[in-house]
Amino acid sequence: MNKAVNPNELTSDDDYGPLYAARKKVYPQSVHGTFRRIKWGLMAFCLGVYYFLPFVRWNRGLGAPSQAVLIDLPNSRFYFFFIELWPQEVYYFTGLLIVAAVVLFLMNSVGGRIWCGYLCPQTVWTDLFYAVERFVEGDRRDRMMKDKSAGALTLRRVSEIVLKNFIWLLIAWWAGGAWVLYFSDAPTLVKQLLTFQAPMVAYIWIGILTATTFVLAGYLREQVCTYMCPWPRIQAALTDEWALNVTYRYDRGEKRTSVKKAAELRAHGEQVGDCIDCYQCVAVCPTGIDIRNGPQLECIQCGLCIDACDNVMTRIGRPKRLIGYDNDINIQRRQEGRAPIYRIVRPRTIVYSAIIAAVGGIMLYTLATRSLLDVNVLHDRNPVAVRLSDGSIRNAYTVRLLNKSGYDRVIAIDANGPVNATVHVVGIDSVTPDRPMIVIPRDSTSELRLLVTAPADGNPEKSIPVRFHVTDIGLGEVASATDNFVAP
Amino acid sequence: MTDHQGEFDPVSGRSTTGHEWDGIKELNTPLPRWWVITFYLTIVWAIGYWIVYPAWPLISSNTRGVLGYSSRANLAVELANLETARGEKMVALGATSLADIEKDPALLAFARARGRTVFGDNCAPCHGSGAAGAKGFPNLNDDDWLWGGTLDQIMQTIQFGARSGHAKAHEGQMLAFGKDGVLKPDEIVTVANYVRSLSGLSTGKGFDAAKGEKIFADNCVACHGDGGKGNPELGAPNLTDKIWLYGSDEATLIETISQGRAGVMPAWEGRLDPATIKAMAVYVHSLGGGK
Repeated sequence: MNKAVNPNELTSDDDYGPLYAARKKVYPQSVHGTFRRIKWGLMAFCLGVYYFLPFVRWNRGLGAPSQAVLIDLPNSRFYFFFIELWPQEVYYFTGLLIVAAVVLFLMNSVGGRIWCGYLCPQTVWTDLFYAVERFVEGDRRDRMMKDKSAGALTLRRVSEIVLKNFIWLLIAWWAGGAWVLYFSDAPTLVKQLLTFQAPMVAYIWIGILTATTFVLAGYLREQVCTYMCPWPRIQAALTDEWALNVTYRYDRGEKRTSVKKAAELRAHGEQVGDCIDCYQCVAVCPTGIDIRNGPQLECIQCGLCIDACDNVMTRIGRPKRLIGYDNDINIQRRQEGRAPIYRIVRPRTIVYSAIIAAVGGIMLYTLATRSLLDVNVLHDRNPVAVRLSDGSIRNAYTVRLLNKSGYDRVIAIDANGPVNATVHVVGIDSVTPDRPMIVIPRDSTSELRLLVTAPADGNPEKSIPVRFHVTDIGLGEVASATDNFVAP
Repeated sequence: MTDHQGEFDPVSGRSTTGHEWDGIKELNTPLPRWWVITFYLTIVWAIGYWIVYPAWPLISSNTRGVLGYSSRANLAVELANLETARGEKMVALGATSLADIEKDPALLAFARARGRTVFGDNCAPCHGSGAAGAKGFPNLNDDDWLWGGTLDQIMQTIQFGARSGHAKAHEGQMLAFGKDGVLKPDEIVTVANYVRSLSGLSTGKGFDAAKGEKIFADNCVACHGDGGKGNPELGAPNLTDKIWLYGSDEATLIETISQGRAGVMPAWEGRLDPATIKAMAVYVHSLGGGK
């Protein structure tokens, strides 16, 4: 049996520590500075887009939704400003996901976890919730004191807690509310929601997202980043030695000592660091870490410690950016007395940018050139071919015509393949021989049964390609599809 | 789990639980509080679930749950809703004449969809899932119709069947000329070859066309008509075309003439409702593009 040892006398190696440590509540202090301003700006932008985008109108003409961004599930259409996507075009989302992923890689290779620090919804809402908390309960010191004296629940304290949670709930509720507005006409849905006429699914989704926003941003906070989110692991692996990360420049900061002592030692010509061990960087950190311990998983690289440290450096008359965006290479170089180098254009960033440009370019090209008239053909499989009484051969096809435009079309159908073949559409008495015509209403599809009959002679034994052309009689627009004509 | 009084692991500096196995001690590393709370909530949820929904198996049944939920009842409701949703279209089908259904693209699409489903359930065992047929079971995709290929004729065949026992069923059958002793074996071979010659197929060595024609005129014309063109009234097939229900080779023809043929198409009246039979007629008619 081991002798009991006082833990304070022990040195522990963090690498072998437990995977989970009991939560220590974090009380981030308010801070002013460049990165704080960037964070406020990005927060306003992200939340502004999320909360107000559904209300942006876009005129698409009569009968079409006039909402700029709309996911119309019942009619399976996706509207994004001038773009209207049909279900069979979801590959655009694949492209979008690829671009999004590579943009994340690029951000990572340039500036580390920019996503985590500034753009991630968890960060943005948690930051907003902290602002509310600070407004209601006061700054770091006040909150710590109030939590310590939790036993003394005065009326004032209770009303503070209630108020804070109420404001949080309002924000969370709006987050859920904005979500459902993307799936239905926003003004109409708002009216329905207020008069309790909205579909049940809308209320359910608002409830779910209100709850998740409230719990994740209000109570779980940095725990989400540290224990729930897989992204820090991936991002850490994506970062290379050139990426700029929030870094404590220990070459400049060490040895730590007080302002007074530092001045004394400097007067004697001795080497001391700029860090005065004031713990401001730790006090403002939303994940409660000490950046001076080097890069760590919990660090979301939001830059607030940079602001805090800069403020202190200004006050004690030392140069700013003792903590700043930097990389290990430069710390090494400075120690060796060489000038730091920053390299944003590197093979890695070039490749990422090229991928983004390529995929984006392909998407833009296909979007610009995509046709608003389309035809899909499916050959009957059972039977693939039929011998008619006069010996001729008939193949049947299911033809789907897609009119993605905002107007009705008159379409003529031709089939080029077997020699002297005739085309017949079931249900249509064709005026023009062998060229059936049909009207397809705007923004809809028509499924037709098409019979192609070829005389027995003059056609090869097995299988020959047959090309279907559908032509808009009015506009001359053509779409085509190829299939096979098979002999029995 | 609480810290074991004053005991710490010297390597990590963490408290232990006091549990020891062969000298190895367990560190006190509790799960995150939120994780534990979530776990307890799932237990509470499960208990609520047992009460609200059917859950526990009993000897001959199960607990019913306070909501009275039943997936079987839900299915019945969904099926009823489906019928209601279809109701309008089904009424329209019943009220529209066969010819007009094909002229209305929406109704045609509905009739085809309905017909296809019902065909799969009722007709596919004989005619095949794509109605390609088989030996003795007509291919419904071609343009050859034993009992006529107009919409009305198809509907009549579906409704009453052929040799089905229904009072209005199609009647008429291929007689067994050999079995009944009407024709001698060599006469059967001759007429079989004659029938092959009608549709341009090759004939056997030493085939006497004049003799075949005479036998055919004496025995077959009554049903198959002059020149073997067939008669839809009797379900007598056209022998001059390229489509053969039982096969066109000599042996098969000899068998057909000797033994006779009398395939049965069941009557569907009474088994399917009138609107569905209509939908079937439209579907079958559209398979071959109609006549």
